[in-house]
Order: sequence, then C-alpha cells, then structure tokens
Amino acid sequence: MFSNYIFYFLSALALYSGVMMLLSKKPIHSVLYLTLTFFAIGGQYILLNAQFLAIVHIIVYAGAIMVLFLFTVMLLNLNKDDRSPKPIWVKAAAIIAGVMLGMVLIGVFRGYDLHLVQHPMESQIGLVKELGKVLYRDYMLPFEVSSILFLTAMVGAVLLGKKEQI
Amino acid sequence: MFCSMLFCIGVIGVLIKRNALVILMSIELMINSINLLLAAFSAYSNDPAGQIFVFFIMVVAAAEVAIGLAIIVLIYKTTHSIDIDVLNKLKW
Repeated sequence: MFSNYIFYFLSALALYSGVMMLLSKKPIHSVLYLTLTFFAIGGQYILLNAQFLAIVHIIVYAGAIMVLFLFTVMLLNLNKDDRSPKPIWVKAAAIIAGVMLGMVLIGVFRGYDLHLVQHPMESQIGLVKELGKVLYRDYMLPFEVSSILFLTAMVGAVLLGKKEQI
Repeated sequence: MFCSMLFCIGVIGVLIKRNALVILMSIELMINSINLLLAAFSAYSNDPAGQIFVFFIMVVAAAEVAIGLAIIVLIYKTTHSIDIDVLNKLKW
C-alpha cells in the first residue's frame, strides 16, 4: 500500500534527523535537524487523518518554537566548543540505559494486542469540524484555563528577560 | 515502535549532552513522540478526547519552551556559558 511506504519513509527521516541532532556538534545544526524531525512528525499526523493536529503542529513547532530556538542560538555566542566533554563511561551508560528502555517499550507495544475499532487512515475524528465540536462542547473550561496558562508564561518570560536585576 | 524509538533518542540526548539548549530540544523531541503516540491511539480507538489532549499538551509545551529559553538566556547572562555543569550548585 502506498501510504505504508510514506509512513516508513517519514519514520526513517524522523529517526535519522533525531540521531543527527544528537551527533552534530554545533547547536544550530541540532536546531535544523530538529526542524526536519518536526516536519516528518507533521507528515505522520496527516497520515493519521488528523488535519487539525497536523496544522497546529506545523504552526506551533515548526513556526513558533523553532524560531524561538534559532533566535536563542543566534543570541548566545555558542561558537566555542565544549571545553570539557562528558567522560566516555557516562555516555556509554546513558546509551545503554536508553537502548534498554527502548527495548522494554518495544516489547510492551509488541505484546499489546491492539483492538482495532477503526482503521486510522479512514477515521474522521481528526477533522477540524469534529474536533471543534468536541473542544467547545466538552472541553470548554480547560480550553479557557489554557489561555490563562499562556498569559502566565508570557508574563514570566518578560519578567525573566527584563534588564534589571531580579 | 517508531514513537518509542524517538522517545529513547530524546532520553539519550538528555543524558549525554552538556549544552542546556540541546537538552531542551531533546525534551521537545520526547514530548513530540508522546503526542504522536497519543494521536495514533486516539485515531485507532476512534475517540476524539485523545486528540484534544494532544492539543493541550502542545499548549503546555509551548509555554514550557518560552520559559525555558528565557531561563537559559538568563543563565548565559550571569555565567557566560550554558554548560549545565556550571549549575551544579543547585544539586544540594
């Protein structure tokens, strides 16, 4: 099936750019690889027929958060390399721990028998119309509270970025 | 399986990197993999609540990134480095 190939391609792209994000020395390369990962994940949302999430993901992550990261990287002068890299045994232990966690998670997912209610490529719940109905009917209060959270985050960021000593 | 591999890349990144900015990026990667997994399960079980939840997680992640980057800029202003080892006074 054609969409299967797209899924494998996007997964491989996301995993590759995720690994390259860790391997690249300069932070700006890491940011660009992370952007590639985010676009691949946005493609996965489109494959799941979740249009609303795909649009929001592209706008929020590739649009807003990546611009924030890029501005921060350019604002800070990060050209000098790591003066004291972590010892090799810490890296080896971290990689072993991460790979073992991954094996446990993969084992859990393989053992779980997925009860297929609906084929995900044909599900209609991700469309903007359906999600809007649910969001404004059942989840009205959390939606409004999240605006207060945003206001708090904005005030906090401005307060932290002020010139005067806090 | 793809999501859990992405999550593990994020975990390894948090553990091996010294740059606070890259650590924040790895945390973003973990949040994204969890979002994708939640959206996939929601599409499988035909339940829109999961996708609403993903939306709220994105809201929280955006706020978290704004605050985190402000803190990193502030750390850079005071110590002229974003190496996480300059913050080891916070350990005790």
